[in-house]
Amino acid sequence: MVVPASCTSVVVGTSPKTSIGMPVVHVPFASAASVASGIRESLLINNKGDIHVIAWAGDGGTADIGMASLSGAAERNSDIIYIMYDNEAYMNTGIQRSSSTPVGAWTTTTPIKGKLEQKKDVAKIMIAHGVPYVATASIAYPHDFYNKLSRALKIRGFRFIQLHSPCPVGWRFDDSQTVDVAKAAVETGMWILYEYKDGKLEISNPSKYLIEHNSFKPIEEYLKIQGRFSKISEDLLKELYKERERNIEWLKKAV
Amino acid sequence: MMESKVKIVRINEKLPISFPQNGAAGKTGSWRLYRPIVDNNKCTKCFLCELYCPGNVIETRKDGIQIELDYCKGCGICAKVCPQKAIEMVPETVEVKIA
Repeated sequence: MVVPASCTSVVVGTSPKTSIGMPVVHVPFASAASVASGIRESLLINNKGDIHVIAWAGDGGTADIGMASLSGAAERNSDIIYIMYDNEAYMNTGIQRSSSTPVGAWTTTTPIKGKLEQKKDVAKIMIAHGVPYVATASIAYPHDFYNKLSRALKIRGFRFIQLHSPCPVGWRFDDSQTVDVAKAAVETGMWILYEYKDGKLEISNPSKYLIEHNSFKPIEEYLKIQGRFSKISEDLLKELYKERERNIEWLKKAV
Repeated sequence: MMESKVKIVRINEKLPISFPQNGAAGKTGSWRLYRPIVDNNKCTKCFLCELYCPGNVIETRKDGIQIELDYCKGCGICAKVCPQKAIEMVPETVEVKIA
């Protein structure tokens, strides 16, 4: 497992007392994907091809700083699994905005109006690379994530999973509501679960019904349980609705 | 009635599951502010608390729910996802002896 600077590198800890029972390489922000593909190549040369290499990075380490090496690894089709856990800001260093932060969200670097720019859709960028497997998952649907991960294990080549994971501290809600917030994101269409395999895009079960019947809940239900959207203006809310519609239309065309 | 297009896919492969152990921070249960108390009479053993527990400290046994309090940090997710409301979060108290 390869971990760039993120909250996970704090959880895993340093060498003699790591809390994880597998070999972990801590790397700088920008190099997660290249180090992972290097480890994979050396395993293949040493006839240890049955060991999987996983890069586990946050949204800052993927969408902003690690984008170049991620794109390079995807283009080389390196045989690794890249999991981006997306908590939509640099939570570990003190809630600064990242390119994955949604419109209107409060962060310490966008304190007055909230973020004005759109969220960068990394899963779409990876689909554009034409890699064998791309999926989006949410912590509110662990079975769905489990299935996607075990499907990814059977595929060779570059595999990318974007995992939506709320952060109680940065999103300003109580710890116990984590699952509710993640579920609300899927039910309001702010986060849509799909997977891209063999050149085909398929919407996963939790989002499938919502898209077919167009029965998404109003976005306000997702926003009101979080403190970071408490000062969102009307214009930015309209921007969020537009973004959701664009996403749904793109998915409907792509399926 | 419309026929459902939802497919149920069964996968038999197993992925590793992590369990808490003594890391650099020692026993992390001392961070807890609220202690989960389970009412085993209300529990229907639906496994939801075990599934959603971020620390994976909950085990569903035949005789009821077992929570490993050495590593439980008291986030309260189990109490929130429980459909039967069988888990209650009680504030931790420490006995202080005044001489």
